[in-house]
Amino acid sequence: MSFRHLITLQELPKEDIQEILNLAQSFKQVILRPIKKVPTLKGKTIVNMFFEPSTRTRTSFELAAKRLSADVLNIQMSTSSVVKGETLLDTLATIEAMQIDMVVIRHSASGVPLFLTKNIKSSVINAGDGMHEHPTQGLLDMFSIIEKKKKIEGLNVSIVGDIAHSRVARSNIWGLTKMGAKVKVVGPTTLMPKEIEKLGVTVCNDLKEGLKDADVVNILRVQLERQKKNLFPTLREYATLFGVNSEKLKYAKPDCVVMHPGPMNRGIEISPNVADGINSVINEQVTNGVAVRMAVLYLMGGGKKDEAFN
Amino acid sequence: MQKNFKVKSEVLDREGIDRALTRIAHEILEKNKGAKHLALVGIRKRGDILAERIAEKIESIEKVKVPVGAVDITFYRDDYDIKANVDINATDLNFSVDGLDIVIVDDVLFTGRSTRAAMDVIIDNGRPKSIQLAVLVDRGHRELPIQANYVGKNVPTSEKETIILDIESNGEDKVYVAEKPEKGA
Repeated sequence: MSFRHLITLQELPKEDIQEILNLAQSFKQVILRPIKKVPTLKGKTIVNMFFEPSTRTRTSFELAAKRLSADVLNIQMSTSSVVKGETLLDTLATIEAMQIDMVVIRHSASGVPLFLTKNIKSSVINAGDGMHEHPTQGLLDMFSIIEKKKKIEGLNVSIVGDIAHSRVARSNIWGLTKMGAKVKVVGPTTLMPKEIEKLGVTVCNDLKEGLKDADVVNILRVQLERQKKNLFPTLREYATLFGVNSEKLKYAKPDCVVMHPGPMNRGIEISPNVADGINSVINEQVTNGVAVRMAVLYLMGGGKKDEAFN
Repeated sequence: MQKNFKVKSEVLDREGIDRALTRIAHEILEKNKGAKHLALVGIRKRGDILAERIAEKIESIEKVKVPVGAVDITFYRDDYDIKANVDINATDLNFSVDGLDIVIVDDVLFTGRSTRAAMDVIIDNGRPKSIQLAVLVDRGHRELPIQANYVGKNVPTSEKETIILDIESNGEDKVYVAEKPEKGA
């Protein structure tokens, strides 16, 4: 398999997801050796365009590209010509004229990556678009689950928190349900998108019930910056009702896996005991992120000359 | 065995393979004056099977267990722009290659490109004292300046032909020359 763009997990077939996850294991092996680099993408140029603040995802993509020996350009909105009034497409046309191969884009507007696929020649990877999807986060979450649980099929996965504003939640839901997990979304009604159950998940407005028998607890960040109106009275109330602490975690299975895409609001959606506890794989998720992104870049960069050869 | 390949002749049978590997084991020990700083690294797939067999021979001759590793060369191939291969096996180098005499083991030496890639994998894992090459079959048609130190059998072939090794655990343990199927067949 090799595909041209990665925009959503909604449209990525199950077989392709499986292939990325298998491949990521080989790349994890690479990044754990003394020389953490392979020459595979030598001569390819990858542009990271981040129109929203990000440390984790941007550095993860940058490192993934560098460990595949690609050249990387980082463009941040605050320092780009966009602030001088240039349109996004003009900025990209300029960069494409410098002979690049792939664009990794994060944007606050849902749909921008898809829009780019229709207007530029390079391969496009969605690194998070608005409230839509964050496919590589979904993939790395699945990879982290498989690493601990050896499978996804049949597992009870509870996604807790701000489902409405979360692209991570959407990518997780699409990916996990496709791979056969039983997904429960847990949070206050005001943070629950309408008709979310149509995606094949169970909705739960009570944390204890939501965590019951969970094999995996994926805790989402309260996205204060995305809330235009007050969706819950106070942070303190949210922490009391939906913050996951060691007491609440007892409702999940004792060997459950605790995940958080970061950055964490310690003491709000997750207590420090849980974040740093034995069930937590939060730091491992970051390591896995690089391996999964290497797998994605690898699959997107190769095989371009296929037609010319056959 | 691969589909649609027309077998033309048998090159090595079970005994032939075994004798060739025994001789290679002796030659490796002779050249390296024993097995003290020796390690074998097989190229997946099949090179790793042969590496294990040579290690057994060395153990029965010298009573020393030499480290055996296996490498997958996919990420080091030079045809990534033609095809992004996804059939990737684990690289298994559970020892430091620093200061060792490494013998790369492969089934067939053809263009030399796999050997080049395997050398790069090993060098990315450390600094061996030397790298040598052992192959069961050398079929010619080199595209790089690479030469094997230890060869089981030289088999002149044409570009249209291929070498089939049936050496997996449940196989017949034979080596054949076969003709490639016509494209589209």
